[in-house]
Amino acid sequence: MEPLLEVKNITKRFGGLTAVDNVDMQIYPGEVIGILGDNGAGKSTLIKVISGVYHAEEGQIFFEGCKIKISNPIEALKIGIETIYQDLALAENMNVYSNIFLGREKLEKFLGFINVLDHDYMLVESKKVLNRLDINIPSLKNKIRTLSGGERQAVAISRSIYWNAKLLIMDEPTAALGVAEQKKVLNLVRTLSSHGVSVIIISHQMHDVFSVATRLLIMRRGKKIAERITKKTNVDEVVGLIVGSLPGDYIEAIEEKK
Amino acid sequence: MINYNKTKEIGINILRRWILILLVGEIVFFGIVGTNYLSLNNLQNILVASTTVLLLATGETFVIITGGIDLSIGFMVGFSSVVSAKVMVDLWAAGFSQPLAITIGILTALLIGLIPGFINGFLVAKLRVPPFIATFGMYGIAYGFAEIICNNVPVHNLPTSLGSLGHGYLFYWLPGKIFSFLAKPENLAREELKNLISIIPNVTIITFIFIGIFAFILAKTKFGQHTYAIGGNVNAAERAGVDVKVHLIKVYMISSFFASLAGVMYVLQFITGRAPAGSARLLDAVVAVIIGGASLSGGKGTIMGTVIGALIIGALETGLVNLGIPTYNLHIAVGCILIFAVLIDQFSPELVHKEEEIR
Repeated sequence: MEPLLEVKNITKRFGGLTAVDNVDMQIYPGEVIGILGDNGAGKSTLIKVISGVYHAEEGQIFFEGCKIKISNPIEALKIGIETIYQDLALAENMNVYSNIFLGREKLEKFLGFINVLDHDYMLVESKKVLNRLDINIPSLKNKIRTLSGGERQAVAISRSIYWNAKLLIMDEPTAALGVAEQKKVLNLVRTLSSHGVSVIIISHQMHDVFSVATRLLIMRRGKKIAERITKKTNVDEVVGLIVGSLPGDYIEAIEEKK
Repeated sequence: MINYNKTKEIGINILRRWILILLVGEIVFFGIVGTNYLSLNNLQNILVASTTVLLLATGETFVIITGGIDLSIGFMVGFSSVVSAKVMVDLWAAGFSQPLAITIGILTALLIGLIPGFINGFLVAKLRVPPFIATFGMYGIAYGFAEIICNNVPVHNLPTSLGSLGHGYLFYWLPGKIFSFLAKPENLAREELKNLISIIPNVTIITFIFIGIFAFILAKTKFGQHTYAIGGNVNAAERAGVDVKVHLIKVYMISSFFASLAGVMYVLQFITGRAPAGSARLLDAVVAVIIGGASLSGGKGTIMGTVIGALIIGALETGLVNLGIPTYNLHIAVGCILIFAVLIDQFSPELVHKEEEIR
């Protein structure tokens, strides 16, 4: 199967600091992968390169087999890469369906010539996508302000799915959520995967990542030092790789090159 | 359950509509203690007296919903009144017919009035000048230019037919005899003139036509939706593909358009153009918007609320005049209402919360 997204030899420097150092990565349709690493390991920088916030000095990005250049986040959105940010990019003063349709409102004709918002259509369509993802929100006419953190995340995710996102990047999706809510978000990730959407998760919560990701990418000091199939590893090994008590797979190769 | 929720919703909605209750209460109060306060004439006077505040506040509502503020509108009224008056006077003196001179004067003021709004929006959106600073700068600039244009004296000698337009009514009705549309019936005896009932001032019709159009835009269209989104979360709006900069420029242009319209209405009502016209109304306009449910931090507010807010001020002012109380007391009352409005706004989420606990 062809990977949905493939990055090759990505390097990103900030002045003298190499935040991401020669990283390769693939993700296949419907796959959930976790990127793990200590603070400053380069996880966030890597995903910001993928989502168009940063530009890599070296390396290439392929999406569905084509080489692409992502110059800003809006472009990334257009090709189907969506990052669920922690501030979630929702307008809290507006209701659920208005947020799902924000910027792409459905219009209808009033008196035959004036374009007005088609609330009914947007409400029904939003309900459909929430049902498809097994998301339960009391009323889609409620303002985002009245929703819990997990519900907000669900709204942000359903919006991206409605607009055909193929790859979701989630940075610490379960941070700041209650236990019940964390479970819901993880279930949602599984649902997404079963719908063929690929998900990249960055998290410090080892258990969360282990429970949803099929493959793990471990980074240390900007380098990808190991890649593991979740079923064939355990928390101890991964922690060892993260903190550096275990050597990792690629260290030698990189050091030889130098 | 549904029934209970409905009742609760209605209860909350009534509390939310406290401003409407205040307005009605005010009118009833002055109706009881005042003289002829509830007469058709006086009620129409409230509307006419509120013209400037109504117009300024409508434009300001858009700006405040985006989280900004437009202070320039205070002197924009004077600027526009001077420009339109000056054009009318000059064209009339140059031999243009009255209607033509008046029309060109009005259109010129409305068109030129868009420029300060564009500059405000450009400064705020593209150059990231804080709205308070950008529009406060424009406030002074507009006043200065207005004084230059009118040479520091009010513009007089305007076309004479202006009065029949500005002081006219949509209908005139002499009970049992005449019913005329737009024009005052001619050749009436003094006694008949006394009994003539005038219905709906022209100024008010024009004002409410524009308010209606923009209330529709704010409530029903994509443009309105994006206005709320920008006020709620600029980043979200930007990420959703809204062209925030262009949108903000349009919003500030709407505000200055309404200020210019207020200036034109001033000329129609007072048959003169003055540089400081309407400057005292800036604060009233902002107060009307806030009373109407908007918040200076943006994201909420409606034109309906703003209109009620403006009428509360207008009804109060007219009431004080009616009772012979000096109008400077108005400022005390308006100040109190403003603070009260903000307090209600701050405590209303708690109000809702408590209701939910009961359930």
